[in-house]
Amino acid sequence: MILPFFVIIPLLAAFLITLISGKKDNWAIILSILAELSVLVLAVFCYFFKLDDVFVYSMSGWKIPYTICLVQDALSCFMLIVVSTIALVSLIFSVTYIRHLVTSWRYYALFMLLVTGMNGVIVTGDLFNLFVFMEIALFSAYALVSYGRKAEEFEAAFKYAIMGSVSSSLILVGIAITYSYTSSLTMATIAETLKTKPVEVTYWLGGLFLAGFGLKAAMVPFHAWLPDAHSSAPAPISSMLSGVLIKSLGVYTIVRLFFNVFGAPALFGTLLLVFGTLSIIVASFLAIGQWDIKRLLAYSSISQIGFILVGFGVGNFLGILGAIFHLLSHAIFKSLLFYNTGAVEMALGTRDMRQMGDLRKALPVTSFTSMVGSLAIMGMPPFNGFFSKLFIIMALIKAKLYFVAFLVVGGSILTIAYFVKFQRYGFRGDRVIEKDMVKEPISFGMKFSMGFLAVLCLLTSVMLIPGIREAVIDPVINVIANKTGYIQSVLSGR
Amino acid sequence: MTVYVLCFALFLVGVYGVLTKRDLIKIILSTGIMGYSANLFLILFAYKKGAVYPILSKGEEIKAMVDPLPQALVLTSIVIELGITAMLVALAIKLYEKYKTFDITKIRRLSG
Repeated sequence: MILPFFVIIPLLAAFLITLISGKKDNWAIILSILAELSVLVLAVFCYFFKLDDVFVYSMSGWKIPYTICLVQDALSCFMLIVVSTIALVSLIFSVTYIRHLVTSWRYYALFMLLVTGMNGVIVTGDLFNLFVFMEIALFSAYALVSYGRKAEEFEAAFKYAIMGSVSSSLILVGIAITYSYTSSLTMATIAETLKTKPVEVTYWLGGLFLAGFGLKAAMVPFHAWLPDAHSSAPAPISSMLSGVLIKSLGVYTIVRLFFNVFGAPALFGTLLLVFGTLSIIVASFLAIGQWDIKRLLAYSSISQIGFILVGFGVGNFLGILGAIFHLLSHAIFKSLLFYNTGAVEMALGTRDMRQMGDLRKALPVTSFTSMVGSLAIMGMPPFNGFFSKLFIIMALIKAKLYFVAFLVVGGSILTIAYFVKFQRYGFRGDRVIEKDMVKEPISFGMKFSMGFLAVLCLLTSVMLIPGIREAVIDPVINVIANKTGYIQSVLSGR
Repeated sequence: MTVYVLCFALFLVGVYGVLTKRDLIKIILSTGIMGYSANLFLILFAYKKGAVYPILSKGEEIKAMVDPLPQALVLTSIVIELGITAMLVALAIKLYEKYKTFDITKIRRLSG
């Protein structure tokens, strides 16, 4: 029974860190990296050895309608791998970066709680349990956003916390209504009951959940908190928030609820298409106007989330393939780009593109990997971003949604525009920065994590080669596309 | 039915407060009101008129019982809300230290 360990290991690590570390953070670093490494190994093991099976773990031995169950299928394994990879690399990056801010073990304890919450949201099969894990993740996210203790960071954390508690209340009301209607909190039994009820009820429930989880995923009408929170947090936390938190709390839960529980009524597909397209266009235009590099990246996150939502909204095989792959590739290249900004901020002490310049001599690794990340997010051919955007646009054309396809192509051209600006002013500007202008050197750990993700930007394209794709990504797509399969496999595994 | 409408009105009071109030503490209280009304929804769904608590004892016949599960859920969600409120108040104190004001419209160094 591997399943509960995805929650237990990081939670235990968080408590052990608070117990054993004194003033220094050495033990905290070792413990948290060990915990995250073991979670990653377990996730990879689950993914490659038990991919086609669905495992259900019932807590304290109760049977399914009464228990809190944890469910492991291909989709949750995939998400676990994405989360733990980014979390591990972020931890390696954090070591020097956080010492440069405030040396404390508290960071690592909060980081482990964040991972606990996200892993819990991914593996749980129970609606209220999902709410609890979501609150754990958000609570540590608020604390981590304000970790640097500057005025702007408290401001951003306050806004984030207010928006988060509003959306959590919406979700709680949604859960209450779902429970009163179906008399169950297990997602599979809810799905079974909802199949026999009129579809209008699903619309009402779906509206509440779409508003609640849409706030977490920062779809465009609900996006206002994201640029503040993600640009104020320390760089590794920005990469965790932008890379995986909005995906596991927002996109993953939306997909799980709307596809597996509500059975993907056509209305929600259309809504996801509309919100996704809005996110792509609006956030791209807002991103072009930014001079703060982290703010630009935060707006770009909103727009890339739009691509993922559009992919799921189309709902055919290619669309889901593109969305799943874009979820993975966005986690990789957006984390990479946030590390770059963290390295630049540490080295030059600024985030304003107008005060940056030609960094190729001073920070060779950072500027090279930022080029790789930018090319990937722009969608240039050998990198992973190209394939995911290509699949999403192909899916739109196949579904005869030519206007949406046109807007999405326009959105990716705008992406190129603001990343050209990012490169032109930020890393390849006119003012040459020499080596002696660097305030603090970039450590090996930071270089390693940037280089590793840059390599992953190229390597993950291999997953799409026919033959490998059938083995690696197709089971994940099957979970989403085969809507009722989730109910049967969970209920038969009871 | 009236009671559900009133509960929904309480939720809307919370939303109104979050949207229109400028004082940090009032905003925190408004999010609290939203949370309370969500909890109240859960309790109302479990309520039955004339029903008793679901504890079985010998020699006693119980006709109608209230649903105990939402009460357990509400306990959990109250604890979560306590944590979130404490967090928000702590952030408000820190904001007051930095900006010397509780007015949200004056706390805006982040923009764009």
